Amino acid sequence: MAPAVNAPIAPLGLNARNLRKIYKRGAEEIVAVDDVSLTISKGEFVSFIGPSGSGKTTLINILGCLDNATSGSLEIGGRTVFSAKKCLSESDLTKIRRQVFGYIFQKFYLVPTLTVYENVILPFAFFKKPEAEADPMHILKFLGIDKRIDHRPSELSGGEMQRVAIARALINKPEILLADEPTGNLDTKRSGEIGEILKNLNEKEGLTVLLVTHNPSLAKIAHRTISLIDGRIAG
Amino acid sequence: MAKKINVYQVAYKNLLRKKTRTALTILGIGLSAWVLISLLGFNRGYEAALNKDIDNMGFQVLVTAKGCPYEAATLMLKGGTGLRYMKESILADILKHKEVERLTPQLMAAIFDPNKGESGGINAYLGVEPATFPAMKSYLKFKQGAWFTDPNAMEAVMGYEAAELEQREVGDKVMIPEKNVELKVVGVLARSGTADDGTIFVPLKSVQKIFDKEGLITAAGIKVYKDANMAELENKLYDLPDVQVVSMAQVKNTIMSLVSTAKVMVFSIALIAILIAMLGVINTILMSVLERYQEIGIIKSMGAMPWDVFRMIWTETIILCLLGGAIGIGIAFALSKITDVLIRRLLPYTPTGSLIAIDSRLGFITLGVVLGIGLISGIYPAWRAARVRPLESIRSEGD
Repeated sequence: MAPAVNAPIAPLGLNARNLRKIYKRGAEEIVAVDDVSLTISKGEFVSFIGPSGSGKTTLINILGCLDNATSGSLEIGGRTVFSAKKCLSESDLTKIRRQVFGYIFQKFYLVPTLTVYENVILPFAFFKKPEAEADPMHILKFLGIDKRIDHRPSELSGGEMQRVAIARALINKPEILLADEPTGNLDTKRSGEIGEILKNLNEKEGLTVLLVTHNPSLAKIAHRTISLIDGRIAG
Repeated sequence: MAKKINVYQVAYKNLLRKKTRTALTILGIGLSAWVLISLLGFNRGYEAALNKDIDNMGFQVLVTAKGCPYEAATLMLKGGTGLRYMKESILADILKHKEVERLTPQLMAAIFDPNKGESGGINAYLGVEPATFPAMKSYLKFKQGAWFTDPNAMEAVMGYEAAELEQREVGDKVMIPEKNVELKVVGVLARSGTADDGTIFVPLKSVQKIFDKEGLITAAGIKVYKDANMAELENKLYDLPDVQVVSMAQVKNTIMSLVSTAKVMVFSIALIAILIAMLGVINTILMSVLERYQEIGIIKSMGAMPWDVFRMIWTETIILCLLGGAIGIGIAFALSKITDVLIRRLLPYTPTGSLIAIDSRLGFITLGVVLGIGLISGIYPAWRAARVRPLESIRSEGD
């Protein structure tokens, strides 16, 4: 029997089997993810690379419990998130998301009226894990934005804003950090800095990192690179 | 640093994003709250002022010569024109009834004064009996002087406002135009907040003599015993020839029916104002939700449950309504005098007391109503926000 949704999740990796995601556009069926099976161990740094429309974001959304697959199964920490017999509600997916994942995206989605510090602790307004970071300044120092805590997002550079978004994703001490094109809005220098931060988080904090990127040089910092073409793993 | 953050702080700060839009929405709600509390205050104040006027008449029944009941009602409260007369001998017939405790005759006389105001005006003199009238109007206090020295004296007691208007004090003279009669002011009343403030009182006999109305009166005020049967007395009085009986209750009903049309109009305006404010709130919050569609999705990816998002958006609505309500109530308190003046211009008859009776209890009721409206208005935008799926917002970034 699968454990209850609210139960703590064992510090294990991800196990996906035969994932398929089909979107319907009128009568047409679009296969975004086609029979993908993969295992990601705890503490692993995996990058997903591929051209636009290759299904990498769809796949990472399924792995990150932001979406259900049309078929296949997903286990996180040994617990079945979904399978042929089981499909979680949005509410149950939320409960898993907040226990396991931290997310960063191409856009930073910082709240413009909140300060850097307030943006970082924003998740606490909705949910705080018992093991969550007791001192947010620790993360802010780690990311080099501790001098900017009273600034508004509009006063920050793109790189600084993405660091704030990373701090926000880390505040609840997630098991897995899901980064979807985190350097898409940044120049080469800032992209390199963000890549370095993700590498450090993986190596020093033991965080599992799933990175979606178009940038081959950024993908190289991962332990493993999964290449996707037309919704399938190409290598 | 151990600063904390909660949903309410986030909601408040969200409203600061579009300050002008937030301010305009608050202003709209404020105006609705102003209209609402003023209307509720008017509803209560008008009736209270009317009751006070009637209570301060000192008598519960007025007998006048037969005529229009509206005119009689006006005569009873303000004094009137187009006067009809009845014989003074009727007083003895009225006094025969066991329900009558006291009786006071009155003779209203009005004359055009070309020197009054810019283009002249009517001066009204109320002839009253020194033996019975002051006893019935025991609440009247003197600022200067006292009642008449003699029932036939050519003397006047001026109401507070009448004395102010005419610039008269005790010892001064008052000239009755056309009649070439001078009255000596022997008393000036303190402000009573009733129609008496604008009246010039003269001994009944003197008014009858000056205006050639000997043996005539325009009205007789009757104070009845506490437990008397009013309906029975009214029926008996109607047996008297050519009289009209106006009871306090009748006067009140007549006037209230006159103002009911105005009340319906004001209620309609208030309802429209509230509906507009509701639409304004829905529009503002819905716009704000749609603008933050992706951000709300990200908040949900952080672990916010649908109820958390619903609560956040609902809180924004509540903040708007509380601020707007408080501002509107504040304006209503501050401008109640001006509202009073505006309503007086609209209504056919207004009592002398304050028409807008606003107090803290009414303020809380209004705030409750505005808050209720806000809670209802906020349901749809909050529900829309609660339904946002993180994926929908992220998907818009493309694959």
